[in-house]
Amino acid sequence: MTSATAPRGPQDRHPLLEQMSQLWRNKTAVIGLVIITFFILTALLAPLLSPHNPVETSLYDQLKPPVWHAKGTWKNILGTDELGRDTLSRIIFGSRVSLTVALVSVGLAFLVGTFLGCVSGYFKGILDSLVMRVMDMILAFPYLLLAIVVVAYLGPSLQNAMIAIGITYVPRFARIVRGSVLEECGKDYVMAARAIGARDARIIFLAILPNCLGPLIVQTTLSMASAILDAAALSFLGLGAQPPTPEWGGMIARSRALILRAPWVMTFPGLAILAAVLGFNLLGDGLRDALDPRLRD
Amino acid sequence: MKEVAAVKAVDGVSVAIREGETLGLVGESGCGKSTLGRAILRLEEPTSGEVLFEGRNILTFDPKQLRALRRQMQIIFQDPFSSLNPRKTVAQIVGEPLLVHGLGNRLERDQRVEELLGVVGLRAEHMRRYPHMFSGGQRQRIGVARALALNPKLVICDEAVSALDVSIQAQVLNLLRDLQDEFGLTYLFISHDLHVVEHVSDRVAVMYLGKVVELAAKAEIYLRPLHPYTQALLSASPMPDPTVKRQRIILKGDVPSPINPPPGCRFHTRCPYAESVCRQSEPELREERDGHFAACHFAGRVGIH
Repeated sequence: MTSATAPRGPQDRHPLLEQMSQLWRNKTAVIGLVIITFFILTALLAPLLSPHNPVETSLYDQLKPPVWHAKGTWKNILGTDELGRDTLSRIIFGSRVSLTVALVSVGLAFLVGTFLGCVSGYFKGILDSLVMRVMDMILAFPYLLLAIVVVAYLGPSLQNAMIAIGITYVPRFARIVRGSVLEECGKDYVMAARAIGARDARIIFLAILPNCLGPLIVQTTLSMASAILDAAALSFLGLGAQPPTPEWGGMIARSRALILRAPWVMTFPGLAILAAVLGFNLLGDGLRDALDPRLRD
Repeated sequence: MKEVAAVKAVDGVSVAIREGETLGLVGESGCGKSTLGRAILRLEEPTSGEVLFEGRNILTFDPKQLRALRRQMQIIFQDPFSSLNPRKTVAQIVGEPLLVHGLGNRLERDQRVEELLGVVGLRAEHMRRYPHMFSGGQRQRIGVARALALNPKLVICDEAVSALDVSIQAQVLNLLRDLQDEFGLTYLFISHDLHVVEHVSDRVAVMYLGKVVELAAKAEIYLRPLHPYTQALLSASPMPDPTVKRQRIILKGDVPSPINPPPGCRFHTRCPYAESVCRQSEPELREERDGHFAACHFAGRVGIH
């Protein structure tokens, strides 16, 4: 009998899968997951869902109120902005920008931060001190301020905003991973791996790292929420997505002057940001509960 | 960084393990037993000295030679819970030594893993399971299978049965002895349990505060201990027969700090027979009888004989 024919019982699941099934029993996490799924579907199906072209202006439909307002029409369900562009369509297309920013900037921070944290925690010594002091320096700046500095240096664009946010998020990943790696290094299975002659890279990435995934997944999810927020903030300041790109933060910025005359123009993108951030935060909290055995029961 | 204090967990130890034998290493917690075992494997680098394996000093080995050496020496750990990677299946854990050394393809490795699991008394269907699905004794068997995967010559059993139930201890000990007969293994058996060491060892070394204080054949050391520390250790170990009365030697005080060990004989602060010479000069490990070494100025002249 070889491995292929060895019976595979239901209890033979990977421990991480086991913990993930805990997630379904956590209401907060499920709500978060539903919200995020909703936004992902919206982003994917944007051209089909949006009633109008998000960048098309219309001189006759400037600052139309939403449909439930006395002067509202079904043509523009959430009204229009000062150039007559349909708010709903812009919000729908804006979800693409926000989710891309979350994915790319957090992905960047995840890769760099995890690598630095692993190497720091495993090799310790001077390398560790050096890497961690650089991380401390980055952490010493307020996130947004540092991001503004980076964007100012690279030039304002969505791509540079993602890089800037990515850089500012590296330390949180590096620190979390380093802490977990330090803890795991004390366990005998790491020494056993060294005793059989495994190389350092193998020990770090194939033995230790899979055991640090729990806190890492939580951090990734929560970071996505703040990345969406930070990207909106950068765009609000004119340092992120450039017009006419439909971006939630940028939409708020340009309708700021209209807050008394046409408050709906900035309200809906604001609500979209709120919902997306809430979704990621709820999922993150739920994941923390599911993955941290100390919080369970 | 400034060095605040240097702990010499193991200091000036010289022991030889003969091929095919089991050398027991006993001593109380923190005396440096495990450190010695790990230094032999170069899992902790000794600051000085030499570790000779088949006549060659392995402390001078470069990384490539060291990797090749790993196939000859393996270790079984004390804690069966932390010594197995919780994210890997039994097949991955036991097969990893083969994978790392590039032995065989996947199918051959799986066959070897199955064979090894059979040797340690586990079944093939256990291969796809994760460590948390096993009991402590089963996990320790997995650890044994991993250590045997590369056909080593020397296996260091670092408190290999200390974390197990007494009934399971016997099973694992018998397994280790059967494997020794079958594969001609040499064991360094580290334990604080005198009965376990008596059961498995051919010769026994006793450590106190980073030094070997006595080394002799099993029968010699248990019947005629020469060092006062060994005598105290043996008298403290419980006897299975409650009607047998024995005089206990109760040592006073604690083990001194290894950061600042006492001058002279390291045991003089607690030794009931210490005299002025013990406070001044450190006794060497001398052959007091045939094959019976002890490090005491008054070896054989004090205590029970």
